Amino acid sequence: MIVRILGEGQYDLDDGALDALNGLDQQVENAVESGDEDMFRTALQGLLAAVRSSGTHHAADSLDESDLILPPPDATIDEVRELLGDDGLIPG
Amino acid sequence: MSLMKRVSLIFRSKANTALDRAEDPRETLDYSYQRQLELLSKVRRGVADVATSRKRVELQVNQLEQQAAKLQGQAEKAIGAGREDLAREALTRKSGLAQQITSLKEQQATLQGEEEKLVLAQQRLQAKVEAFRTRKETIKATYTAAEAQTRIGEAMSGIGEEMGDVGLAIQRAEDKTAQMQARGAAIDELIASGALDDASSLNAGDDIARELDALSSNTDVEAELARLKAGSSAPQAIEAADDGGDILEAAPEQQAAQRPTEGGQA
Repeated sequence: MIVRILGEGQYDLDDGALDALNGLDQQVENAVESGDEDMFRTALQGLLAAVRSSGTHHAADSLDESDLILPPPDATIDEVRELLGDDGLIPG
Repeated sequence: MSLMKRVSLIFRSKANTALDRAEDPRETLDYSYQRQLELLSKVRRGVADVATSRKRVELQVNQLEQQAAKLQGQAEKAIGAGREDLAREALTRKSGLAQQITSLKEQQATLQGEEEKLVLAQQRLQAKVEAFRTRKETIKATYTAAEAQTRIGEAMSGIGEEMGDVGLAIQRAEDKTAQMQARGAAIDELIASGALDDASSLNAGDDIARELDALSSNTDVEAELARLKAGSSAPQAIEAADDGGDILEAAPEQQAAQRPTEGGQA
């Protein structure tokens, strides 16, 4: 499984690592929904740290689609909301 | 996986992942074709077996017919020789053979019918397998084209993702730059208006205080200058009035006159 952290790159992760990430991901989403910036920051950093520690860097020269994509480490709660919005930040 | 999935889905919105990557239908088709060929091969073997049996029966019939003809000849010879008993025996044996021949001919006809049916089935099956092969190749070609298209889509999606990532990074950098520029401009404005103290400035305070400071600073400088100017001329005028102005020579004498008094006191 390939996970991309926006602005940072892609990581290869075992599917087994997904369970641990699920809980952390839920925390991030709860924080986004409740609008708690501090909780969001802590949860996002925790999630990204878990991806970095349990994954290995995906080859930079290969053009593979990520299975999962995460917001950048310095993203704010508003930016994540914007990212999830209809327009998003995706070109095209 | 909701947040990760949602972000991923947004990035993948343009990707075409209609085809299941887990199973390759071309392999399934090839396997199926292989199975059909095996079946066809079995039918062919069956046809060959039946044909062999039929030929064996034909041979037996031929042999029995030859034997019957031989017995017929023997019977005729026996009659010619006046041996009716031998002729009767030969004809009795011939009669037995005739029954076998009839039975074998029936078998032969049955086998012939079976063989014809099998040959027909084999031809039909062969036609079906051939049609399947053509269709299989068409499906495979279509699938390969679709797969190539999907790969392009996936690659495009990968590129899109990269672009999205870069786009995001650029936008964030631009936002930050604009934010910093705006902040810098606002700070300059606030400092200029006096609403914000310039920490780097030596003269803290608002603009009025700074102007007053500057004013008093100028006044202080002028006053100091005037004092220095006045200070350098005033003492000379005083000394000159007391002892004719020779201050440097009068001093050692005064010091010498004071010394014994200081020593006596000590």
